[in-house]
Amino acid sequence: MTRLGDFGRIAVIWLVTSTVGMVLVATVLAPHLPPGGASTEASGQRFDNEVLTLVSVPIVAMIVVYFGYVLIAFREREPSVLADGPPIRGHMRTQTIWIVVTTLTVLFLAAFGTYELLGGSGGGQGPNPAFVPAAQTTAAGVKREPLQVQVIGQQWQFTFRYPSFGGFETAQLVLPVDRQIELHVTSLDVIHSFWAYKLGVKADANPGVDNIAYVTPKHLGSFDLRCAELCGLFHGYMFDTGRVVSGADFAKWVAGQRAFMQPVLKYLPPFEHSYLPEPTIRGG
Amino acid sequence: MVISESALPPPPVYERADMGARALKLSGIAAAVALVGVAIGLYITEFLMSGPPATSPPVRVSAQTKSVRLTIQTVAAVGPSLSAHPDWVSYLVRHQGKWVRSTIWTVPAHALVHVTVYQFDGKSGLRNPFMSRVRGTIGSTMTVDGKTLGVINPDDASHTFAIPQLHLIVPLKGVADEAKNQCGYAPCSLSNAHLTIRFTFRTPGKGRYRWQCFVPCAAGWIYGFGGPMQTLGYMDGFLNVV
Repeated sequence: MTRLGDFGRIAVIWLVTSTVGMVLVATVLAPHLPPGGASTEASGQRFDNEVLTLVSVPIVAMIVVYFGYVLIAFREREPSVLADGPPIRGHMRTQTIWIVVTTLTVLFLAAFGTYELLGGSGGGQGPNPAFVPAAQTTAAGVKREPLQVQVIGQQWQFTFRYPSFGGFETAQLVLPVDRQIELHVTSLDVIHSFWAYKLGVKADANPGVDNIAYVTPKHLGSFDLRCAELCGLFHGYMFDTGRVVSGADFAKWVAGQRAFMQPVLKYLPPFEHSYLPEPTIRGG
Repeated sequence: MVISESALPPPPVYERADMGARALKLSGIAAAVALVGVAIGLYITEFLMSGPPATSPPVRVSAQTKSVRLTIQTVAAVGPSLSAHPDWVSYLVRHQGKWVRSTIWTVPAHALVHVTVYQFDGKSGLRNPFMSRVRGTIGSTMTVDGKTLGVINPDDASHTFAIPQLHLIVPLKGVADEAKNQCGYAPCSLSNAHLTIRFTFRTPGKGRYRWQCFVPCAAGWIYGFGGPMQTLGYMDGFLNVV
């Protein structure tokens, strides 16, 4: 049997370490990777994180194994003098392997990232979305338009308008489960960023801009939402809790909010995708 | 192309004594960086801890529930006796018989807070008309000079008293522009033109809840959102629920 050289030993250790690491990542770590599975988009992002983590395992393993091996195998055995080893130059095979492997890795990540950004992870959106998710269909096969919800940032609170229900506004974000939501994110003053981490949604809220993001909540429950853009004194307190409820509970909630907000509806501006209120008497 | 070993410069050789000196030097740099980091941390802590003192209105305990009376006023200009920024708009709170510029108020948990606002400031208008609906108070209403209201015209708003975490918003109607005897500098007297606004809300469990004005009311700042709107102790503060 041929005895393995240093290269062979490193390759075997790397192969074993990578295999064990990838199995552990796929079975133990993957289900806990952020942001979870609270929405279709969050699931897509978790899948991206799983793939990226799996790809990184052999790379990290190579660095650690190589580093560990050379520390032990090529250590200086003469304690009085520390000297660098002879430099290796012009080793064509090493250079070729390095260039090919890193190029393939980067190209794969670029292609995968672009596909996922446009396809399934809630990315590729903005004022003019490059990709619009396929519309939902009902059990009867009828196309169902997404539910529009406007997110309005202001120092220091988010409020929400529901144009499909008379345009009422509320300080609480409540979404129906299994319904595709089309978020229109804007701001009345400075730059904010709407971030519902568990739902896998993060969109800049800029004054005069309508930033579109899609989300389809998959589970009932609550989620945190917060501002992710430093926006002034109480930026750190610009957070709240949103809820994903059943369709029936959502209808009940909408009816209650519409009744409660009825007196103020006449004062709200007509629904638009962005608002630029005139400077006020004092501030102007 | 393979370069022959003889064409290359010899690899450097380090004596152990050199390594010791280098380690000492690196340790010194690391210690200095750590020291600067600690100094920056202390400065930030000091900045964050500094601010107006907290005030606590007296608590009344009845058989049913605890309650406190919180008496505040809003003024167009805080005046030279209460601030280094005499022209800044501000809230003041009644504390031990005096008007104090403090916006950190300590109240008990699960208690009724009866708030009286003496509103001396004029109309500015709400940037978001949504805030003109009273909510989060008992009955989702307030009284303005004794009259019960659930909503005001957003153009009539002078300020808001809002605790977003509790979904509490009370729009504060402004004094009419043509009102006589308007207050110039705080503290204002009840003989000055004002509106008396009353409402009650229930405190939640223990915690620190920020409150703020949502009207961009800072005169002279871009869109009215600078100065007193961005400085603790004027148009925003905390409710310490204990």
